[in-house]
Amino acid sequence: MRYLPNTPQNQRAMLDVIGARAIEDLLVKIPAKARLSRPLGLPPALAETDLIRHLRALAAENADADSYTCFAGGGAYDHYVPSPINHLISRGEFFTAYTPYQPEASQGTLRTIYEYQTMLAELTGMDVANASIYDGASSLAEAALMAQAVTGRTEIVLGTGVNPLYRRVVAAYCEGPGLRLRDVPAPEGVLDGAALRKLVGAKTAALVVQSPNFYGCLEDIAAAAETAHAAGALLVVVSDPVNLGVLEAPGRLGADIVVGEGQGLGVPLSYGGPYLGVFAAKQEFVRRMPGRLVGATVDLDGRRGFVLTLQTREQHIRRAKATSNICTNVALCALMATIYLAILGRRGLARVGELSLAKAHYAAERLGQVPGVSLRFSAPFFKEFTLKLPKSPERVVARLARGRILAGVPLKPFDRRLGDCLVVAVTEKRTKEEIDAFAEALARMVA
Amino acid sequence: MSNIPTDLRYTRDHEWAKREGGNVRVGITHYAQEQLGDVVFVELPKAGAPAAQRQSFGVVESVKAVSDLYAPVSGKVVEVNAELGKTPELVNQDPYGRGWMIVIKPSNAAEWDQLLTAKQYEEFLAQGGH
Amino acid sequence: MPYDNAKTYDKLIFELSSPGRVGYSLPAPDVPVEPARAQVPAAYLRREPVELPEVSELDVVRHYSRLSQMNYGLDTHFYPLGSCTMKYNPKINEDMARLAGFGRLHPLAPDALAQGALRLMHELAGMLAEISGMDTVSLQPAAGAQGELAGVLMIKAYHEANREKRTKVLVPDSAHGTNPASTAVAGYEVIEVKSDANGEVDLGDLARHLGPDVAAFMITVPNTLGNFEPRIVEIIEMCHARGVQVYMDGANLNAVLGITRPGDLGFDVCHFNLHKTFTTPHGGGGPGAGPVGIKAHLEPFLPAPVVVKDGDRYALDWKRPKSIGKLQAFWGNFGMHVRAYTYIRTMGPDGLRAVSENAVLNANYIMKRLESHFDVAAPGPCMHECVLSARRQKRLGVTAMDIAKRLLDLGFYAPSTYFPLIVEEALMIEPTETESKETLDAFCDAMIQIAKEAETNPEVIRSAPVTTPVRRLDQTRAAREPNLRWRPGA
Repeated sequence: MRYLPNTPQNQRAMLDVIGARAIEDLLVKIPAKARLSRPLGLPPALAETDLIRHLRALAAENADADSYTCFAGGGAYDHYVPSPINHLISRGEFFTAYTPYQPEASQGTLRTIYEYQTMLAELTGMDVANASIYDGASSLAEAALMAQAVTGRTEIVLGTGVNPLYRRVVAAYCEGPGLRLRDVPAPEGVLDGAALRKLVGAKTAALVVQSPNFYGCLEDIAAAAETAHAAGALLVVVSDPVNLGVLEAPGRLGADIVVGEGQGLGVPLSYGGPYLGVFAAKQEFVRRMPGRLVGATVDLDGRRGFVLTLQTREQHIRRAKATSNICTNVALCALMATIYLAILGRRGLARVGELSLAKAHYAAERLGQVPGVSLRFSAPFFKEFTLKLPKSPERVVARLARGRILAGVPLKPFDRRLGDCLVVAVTEKRTKEEIDAFAEALARMVA
Repeated sequence: MSNIPTDLRYTRDHEWAKREGGNVRVGITHYAQEQLGDVVFVELPKAGAPAAQRQSFGVVESVKAVSDLYAPVSGKVVEVNAELGKTPELVNQDPYGRGWMIVIKPSNAAEWDQLLTAKQYEEFLAQGGH
Repeated sequence: MPYDNAKTYDKLIFELSSPGRVGYSLPAPDVPVEPARAQVPAAYLRREPVELPEVSELDVVRHYSRLSQMNYGLDTHFYPLGSCTMKYNPKINEDMARLAGFGRLHPLAPDALAQGALRLMHELAGMLAEISGMDTVSLQPAAGAQGELAGVLMIKAYHEANREKRTKVLVPDSAHGTNPASTAVAGYEVIEVKSDANGEVDLGDLARHLGPDVAAFMITVPNTLGNFEPRIVEIIEMCHARGVQVYMDGANLNAVLGITRPGDLGFDVCHFNLHKTFTTPHGGGGPGAGPVGIKAHLEPFLPAPVVVKDGDRYALDWKRPKSIGKLQAFWGNFGMHVRAYTYIRTMGPDGLRAVSENAVLNANYIMKRLESHFDVAAPGPCMHECVLSARRQKRLGVTAMDIAKRLLDLGFYAPSTYFPLIVEEALMIEPTETESKETLDAFCDAMIQIAKEAETNPEVIRSAPVTTPVRRLDQTRAAREPNLRWRPGA
């Protein structure tokens, strides 16, 4: 076995030192009745060449974004991933290191996380960003728990435009502490202000607003902040950081906590994970934040260095009283985002936003001209929008897939009232030619 | 040997209590700060908050440890040491002086007599302190 | 000196920035690009540009290559970090996870267009079920701690479905911190159960706590002292007799592959750390993956959706009315599933059993070679890891942390220190099966050298490390005056 270096001679020599006859002698503490008396029922080992053939065959059954033109979004986007990212994260010193608990031997990881925290704090307009959490949805769930801890209140008010998959994660996390979730309708694609003001009150720990929301519409974050703060509640904003080269930082609009999915910052689509949970907050809440934080300090010689800090918040010290049960972050995905943001820089990120915005608006216009097809909502949007179709969106998606177009995300599984709707995402990678081909295929399909 | 002033009373959770007029000033002992190591953060209640004997009124943290702070007597918090926000190291440097934490206006005078004397606290430490 | 570069390189990416420099390549617009304010209300638009660095591609490549050289990774150093199973991460796993059909697949692609991915997930879940003896496995949890939360929430839903009100969860005092933390997030009161000196559960203490208000007992097997709990079957029977569900923290599964199975022992729930036993990389602290296995009575409560097979078609089944809900937005850390699947198919059943046998052999070899130089926390034989105590060295003024730092100078990463909490000056060593006898010998020689230095020259240990890019860091200052982001001119 190529991953098991001990030869029979090595094993014999080691057993002799231990004073055991056989490896079996080392397993004596496992009661006989607890032993497995047969080999595991697994397929036999495959040689590398056979394994590659097998996995390539499985991979070939999937409609990936290299062989299909991807207009699907809904929380994961086909943005440009600069080539150096994969090369740099694949360096074994990053890739195979553990959590930087021994800081002297982990300065590479620690310094990149400090850079990541700086970049995400800047993008979101917040004072502090943590070292990352599993994904956007669990970041939002953690924000809900943190809002409860900060305010001592028991309700979370969410706009219907919050990604429904995120909402289900928040519900699972809020079950234990008994937080009640209340939904604000969004009949026109954005928060219904009157309904919102009725729901946000003295019990509200946090108001959660996503912008752009699941339908692609931009919400009025400043107005939501006013409503939340008037009631003494926190405002949690769910944001896609890749848009923040163009869109205003939620922190500048009144957010107390900003969370979001950082997948668009150079992290592969990878069928939904691993992704990058962004979590940023105001300074006053730093000791209530979940997850790891890296801080700058100095060493014995006065040289700048970095360490994991404020660790007393965390489970390995505070155990049952920790701010969260999270142990890991997603350091490698955070590294991808750090390299992405370094490469794109202040002009490149804005350019990504401008191109996505322009192409999405071109696509909306082009697709909206297809007979029977219209934009479902009139609210302003960014890189994603909701179309109302004259035929079943599921069937449209299946049909267009034959032409290698992934047309978008049908809303029916999430909201039956929007069963005739399809959410379409357009990133800077899509070309005019691809958008035109999509419109033509859609026109043929619905004709 | 730890520094244990004889004019104070103590808890088994290593707080000290000092009578000042009708009020009780509270901090942690020399032994406690030594066990914690460098104190990096102290979380205290706001003035006006209620305090209950043997219930947590705050938290003291070092780099790798957290301890709850327990009220020696019940009552109302009337004063809080704001200096500890900026300079938590006072707890290490001067635990019985500038490192004090809160002042309680007691609601039950009988609780005072339940606290350990300096001699009792010294014996308690000699037995391991927990 | 391998770290000369690292010692002299003290930049942050922001400090390389030069206005106007560009490292990206974006397509020229092929549609009309109007100013953003033509399409978006001005109040929603960024007023000031984002302060990100302006650097060339080479600046980026060189900066991060240099930073990487300041890390000890498994590819460069032996990593005997107890409880973390730092085994070799096979390179073929990476090639497979990067196949476009996996790495470039959108999570909301219709099931019919993701059959290969769904099949891989279904088969991986089946293989993990066979390895653990559980009935069903959910791949959704993103990490061990999230697997714990999912498992405890399923237990909670189960008791509630039976109209039982149970409010407490028992956790041994030797447990990982995530156990009590996850349990608390699930809304339970956490009760600590005492361990004896060998890290085994104090049965008397357990029996005292096992009441009608207890929902679950959570235990790590083998335990955190590296020993198999010899009375585990009796413990599980005691719990079940009181209606208490039993959860196995699978952090130490690498010790028992093909030897014993949590499901056969009677466990109701167990989670897996794919980044430990199943070779997905640690990445400097994640991402990991923490699938959770359960017995049939908990199936209605599984996180949704569940990957199901119908004939030769695979699908995501959303119709799970009793589900605890979701833990992350999509289906789990699929990229890690591909790697773990690749590994299991590489090893096969005999290979996996040989993994555990060699992991146990390596740990016992280290324990034997070091037992006269350090105190052993619990008598052997151990399983896949051994716990030493530096209490002898502490009397000479050398702590477990000092020893860890000295190891860095001698070319090894450090063991886990100060865990489990019940062992004074703990040094927890897990060599894993992928290390050779030569590496183990070199490590043991270094440990013995340190034990001798503690007697003859403790200062060299206390002043370590000196070969790393920085020396010991001021943790107190970092916590007292948190500096969590760079600012220009600061």
